[in-house]
Amino acid sequence: MSPPLLKVEGLSKEFSGVRVLDKVSFELQKGEILGIIGENGAGKSTLIKIISGIYRATEGEVFFEGTPADIQDPRDAMEKGISTIPQEFNLIPDLNVFENIFLGKEYRKVGGLLDKRRMVERTDQLLSELQTSVSPTEMIQDLSVAQKQMVEFAKALAYQSKLLIMDEPTTVLTGTEIKVLFEIMEQLRNQGVGIIYISHKLKEVKTICDRVLILRDGEMITIDETDALSEHQMATLMVGRELSQVFPEKNAPSAETVMQVEDLAVPGLLEGISFSLKKGEILGFSGLVGSGRTELAEAIIGIRKKSRGKVRIHGKDVHIRSPRDAVKNKIAYLSEDRQGIGVLTNFGIVENISLVSLPNYSRFLIQHGKERKKAAYYVKEFNIRAASLKTRLEFFSGGNQQKVSLAKSLDPEPSIFIIDEPTRGIDVNAKREIYHFIHSLVQKGISCILISSEMEEIIGMSNRVVVMREGKITGILEGEQINEPEIMFHATGLKGVA
Amino acid sequence: MEASRKWKFDIEKFGPLLALVVLVVISAFLSPYFLKTRNLLNILRQVSYTGIIGLGMTFVIISGGIDLSVGSMTALVGGLMIYILNFFGGGPWAIFAALVFGIAIGVGAGAANGLIITKGRVAPFIVTLGTMAIYRSLTLYISGAGEFRSQSNLFPEIGMGSFLGIPNPVWIFGILAFLGWLVLNHTRYGRYVCAVGSNEKVANYSAINVDRVRMVSYMIIGGVVAITAFLLSSRLNSISSSNAGANYELDAIAAVIIGGTAMSGGSGSILGTVIGAIILGIVNNMLNMLGISPYLQGTVKGLVIIGAVLIQRKRK
Repeated sequence: MSPPLLKVEGLSKEFSGVRVLDKVSFELQKGEILGIIGENGAGKSTLIKIISGIYRATEGEVFFEGTPADIQDPRDAMEKGISTIPQEFNLIPDLNVFENIFLGKEYRKVGGLLDKRRMVERTDQLLSELQTSVSPTEMIQDLSVAQKQMVEFAKALAYQSKLLIMDEPTTVLTGTEIKVLFEIMEQLRNQGVGIIYISHKLKEVKTICDRVLILRDGEMITIDETDALSEHQMATLMVGRELSQVFPEKNAPSAETVMQVEDLAVPGLLEGISFSLKKGEILGFSGLVGSGRTELAEAIIGIRKKSRGKVRIHGKDVHIRSPRDAVKNKIAYLSEDRQGIGVLTNFGIVENISLVSLPNYSRFLIQHGKERKKAAYYVKEFNIRAASLKTRLEFFSGGNQQKVSLAKSLDPEPSIFIIDEPTRGIDVNAKREIYHFIHSLVQKGISCILISSEMEEIIGMSNRVVVMREGKITGILEGEQINEPEIMFHATGLKGVA
Repeated sequence: MEASRKWKFDIEKFGPLLALVVLVVISAFLSPYFLKTRNLLNILRQVSYTGIIGLGMTFVIISGGIDLSVGSMTALVGGLMIYILNFFGGGPWAIFAALVFGIAIGVGAGAANGLIITKGRVAPFIVTLGTMAIYRSLTLYISGAGEFRSQSNLFPEIGMGSFLGIPNPVWIFGILAFLGWLVLNHTRYGRYVCAVGSNEKVANYSAINVDRVRMVSYMIIGGVVAITAFLLSSRLNSISSSNAGANYELDAIAAVIIGGTAMSGGSGSILGTVIGAIILGIVNNMLNMLGISPYLQGTVKGLVIIGAVLIQRKRK
């Protein structure tokens, strides 16, 4: 019998004293798809970063095709036949699609000049295999998030790798795109490629993976055939205890209107947006990717210039022209893009949490003690896992970064909280924590705008649901109307005035 | 394992200090005159001028900017200070007026840089490269390419004098360094400077007035340039329109880099800059003492700067 494609033996990793991965061992055969699941901070990303050469293991060894892999860096991994599709994109926005795909391994003509035609042809072929409408000469910066994801796939496929690692590839994809992706994964499996598939979507793991490895707090809990485990069993093993009710019971908002938006418009993006938000209400915003929900949030907090429209808070007209004005009016925004706009990765926990509310911690000089005490409170309250308050956020897992980001937006004590995709890319248990947390906020009388692409979340959490399509509101649903078909009808334009 | 990590961390923080200590020990061995109080005070006085500018440069670089115009600005502000001093007759009040107006002019010149950078959205490197030429040319024009000469007998006493045996410029450098440390590490503004340099977008979403933070950093450096100009013109009792402040931008930026502040911004240290300035001063001093051609001093300075950045890279 030939050796396994990949063999991982006793792999451990520590970051400044915190053990994030503890003696993980497994094997992956050729033509096998292995799912890796686990909560945030369970060590999934760390594990694949070691395999793909980004991190060095503290202990343990990786064997590739029977020999010690000794992977130096990502390029070395790629040359050995290991490609990774990362969670955060590695594309250069100022280059076009084919230039990105062939970056570092360009086709050349005799004499060293670039063979653009051949690269464009090959790119076109890869993209059509992926059944995506992207053109090889489009600039990356002009692509949507889902299209960028497709380009990442094409890039990985172009390498003809033996081992393909995919870190939550489907979070930004729609149903059809996921179907195409799965078809391609099956083709690759039949060609003998080994695939490691990391996801939070247990249903997908069950559909596409042969075996599944479950991590919890850096330890390997089990590795088993996917057929042998139900989704519920997987979730329970991930969390380590039985899961209770995912969504808390809905709170009844008061009749008092906190914020009123009238006929708001941003040229080319939003038109005729009117809605109101009540005290203690969760107002869900649903819609397809590109329907303008994030843009609306950005217009409200003053990042985007409004061409017209009024915003009233407690009946008074307010003019919010910058995030500073938003904070003054007690509006907080938790962004979907936590690394891009949520937290400062070279700052520690304390400095991140007090960044918006710093005036509360300083007279002439910053009161470091007061600041630290508050941060310690949030660390306890939100169960943020960190070696110390000084640890820089770049060493944190995504979920822990999200918690710091949450603490940072809440510390100025907002009365209106706009939450944009709060659970994107995080696991069941952390989701549940966040849902209950949002619930506790509205119970305190804070009003929430919840922007989410996850239908269950919108339906399970919202008192009312605003559905958007192409920059306009197509419906505001209440009570019995809040169900999946009704939301989809409005989101796709089958119902409502679009 | 644990111990080695601690050690590494310490090197990161105390690297510049360690380099300074090593340099002092080597220098003490190479030259018997090095450790003489007079020589040490002389070094400190010499590094004060660009060291003071380096303090402001620390803020600018941490916020993600750069200021190449400081040398020319020193000449312009220094020249105008002498002009004002002579205009008011050269007495104590004239000196005071020169200082106040000079600082106003310096802050104004810095604000001009900051305004073009923030409102005009032009890269700091380009803007200050432009104003470097402009400020120098204005200085030459006003003086007719000659010298600004003070007619005051009192004025030189400030720059030449000392207090408790320590030269006045060194006192000023020390006091400003303390203030700079206080502002950077213990005020909101200091925190915001780091935030802006770390990630401008996050800072903006966090309700920080990014433009104002950057603007103020250029005004701070304008202010400290004026103080250097004051000390320099006082010591020489004149300002040469063509030579004054030449290469100051190089020395100030070098002090910041040697002190461990990252060119990419986001974090840095005032104490590091002070140490960086002193390291440069000792290197110059030793080259002089060892009789190495002054023409080669630039080469050594360049190597020290590049070496410091290389070491920073390695640490990462």
